[in-house]
Amino acid sequence: MGKLAAGVTRLFAISILAITLLLVIQLWLHSYEARQKFGLGFLTSTLWNPVTDEFGALPFLYGTVITSFLALLIAVPLGVGAAIFLAELTGPKLSETLTFLVELLAAVPSVIFGLLAIFTLVPFMRNYVQPGLQRVTGGIAIFSGHPYGVGYLTAGVILAVMTFPFIISVSREALLAVPREQREAALAVGATQWEATWDAVIPFARLGIIGSIFLALARALGETMAVTMVIGNNPSIRASLFAPGYTIASVIANEFTEATGDVYLAALVELGLVLFALTIIINGLAQLLIRVTTKR
Amino acid sequence: MSSKMSAKNVSVSYGPFQALHDVTLDFEANKITALIGPSGCGKSTFLRSLNRINETERDTRIEGTITLNGENIFDIDVTEIRRRVGMVFQRPNPFPKSIFDNVAYGPKINGMLTGTTAEEAVESSLRRAALWDEVKDKLHDSAYALSGGQQQRLCIARALAVNPEVLLFDEPCSALDPIATARIEDLLVGLKEHCTMVIVTHNMQQAARVADDTGFFLLGKLIEHDKTDLIFKNPSKRETEDYITGRFG
Repeated sequence: MGKLAAGVTRLFAISILAITLLLVIQLWLHSYEARQKFGLGFLTSTLWNPVTDEFGALPFLYGTVITSFLALLIAVPLGVGAAIFLAELTGPKLSETLTFLVELLAAVPSVIFGLLAIFTLVPFMRNYVQPGLQRVTGGIAIFSGHPYGVGYLTAGVILAVMTFPFIISVSREALLAVPREQREAALAVGATQWEATWDAVIPFARLGIIGSIFLALARALGETMAVTMVIGNNPSIRASLFAPGYTIASVIANEFTEATGDVYLAALVELGLVLFALTIIINGLAQLLIRVTTKR
Repeated sequence: MSSKMSAKNVSVSYGPFQALHDVTLDFEANKITALIGPSGCGKSTFLRSLNRINETERDTRIEGTITLNGENIFDIDVTEIRRRVGMVFQRPNPFPKSIFDNVAYGPKINGMLTGTTAEEAVESSLRRAALWDEVKDKLHDSAYALSGGQQQRLCIARALAVNPEVLLFDEPCSALDPIATARIEDLLVGLKEHCTMVIVTHNMQQAARVADDTGFFLLGKLIEHDKTDLIFKNPSKRETEDYITGRFG
């Protein structure tokens, strides 16, 4: 019985590896024409012209990284702060209720977030946030240009809304799992409630908190629908966060059905390969970061 | 003989459950008092009232008075009480930091590093906890690299670093082997010149070895409190005699 269970579970474990491998092989094979034609230049070219069959990944890479970064910039302080409140500073009743609602938020389909963004977030950004930011900062480069409402910043905001439930829920679990003795050790030498939270509980939970952030990042990098609806779908690189842009996932979703030529199709598949590699690199960096920070 | 700390008519409830009934007990200065009794008898609850750390649990209600040098501890700021009445826990609970940072934490947050440097404070605490010679060359290694017994002595050093007047021990050796236990017991006896100690223990031999006074708890009540050798050789209550002779518990 034990042997059978070990065999079956091993099979399941291997199948995950096999599916991933198969995915890479398929992406590799189907991107053949594009890889042949553009080589490594694909990664650095900013051209995206289906008419002349010229394709480059850089605007999409840029858009993917910048929107995910903006999302984390907003979602990490909000999410970790909320998790600290829920786990440490409030009673179990309020904590359980709010956590339930937050987890519901995580289950909302992304197309709903996209619709919400089109009807409320985009006008709000266009009419208030973007002109406001321009006025306050005097229109520096990252806040320059016409406020369209759609663009990198708006996509970053909607990604933040979509990812922060993950940060809250995983960070809260990590904080709740800290043994009571850790908190009491700090209290017992005269720490205040907040000092015990900040000096003992949070450092002990930091692996879980970092994990929640990378989970959120993985979601942000690959998020397609909601981003496609608010980013403006423009394959160019601009300094302004108000400018319309594009992400890898969005361009694949938008253009796959209309990709007629072999090279066009292969270029889209190669973008998928690039996204896959980006995710792996970022996860690898995350592992490295965790290893370095836990050494002491 | 002067009382360092005394408890008068102390009762503690957690929600509807009353864990401690009307306990009155004095702790003599620079002595060790052991609190013994079967599991669930309220001895830990009582101990955790002495530095008000059981207030951090929900729905805790404490009645009665506890004084430190004659001053009611419920009238003093809670962080000050916990600095002056330190605590060592059942399982070693060092922070996931270096040995040095563990010991320096208390002095740092209490603003005690104005006259002395952190290095001096850490060294003197580790010396008092009889750990200095074993760790002086690896102060910046993780505290988790130490053995269980060393970790517990590190926790004692961490508690000593803020110069507490009273030190509470909640079954400090229950997770340790006999050799590590013996080292801690020696250490406790040596610490009497620095502070007054209260130790909760399941181990009656331990109480007999280290304690000057012993209190016996049963079902949330203090049954008897006297000199340790009297408690063990000539207890005045039937329940105490039954417990120490191993008839129950």
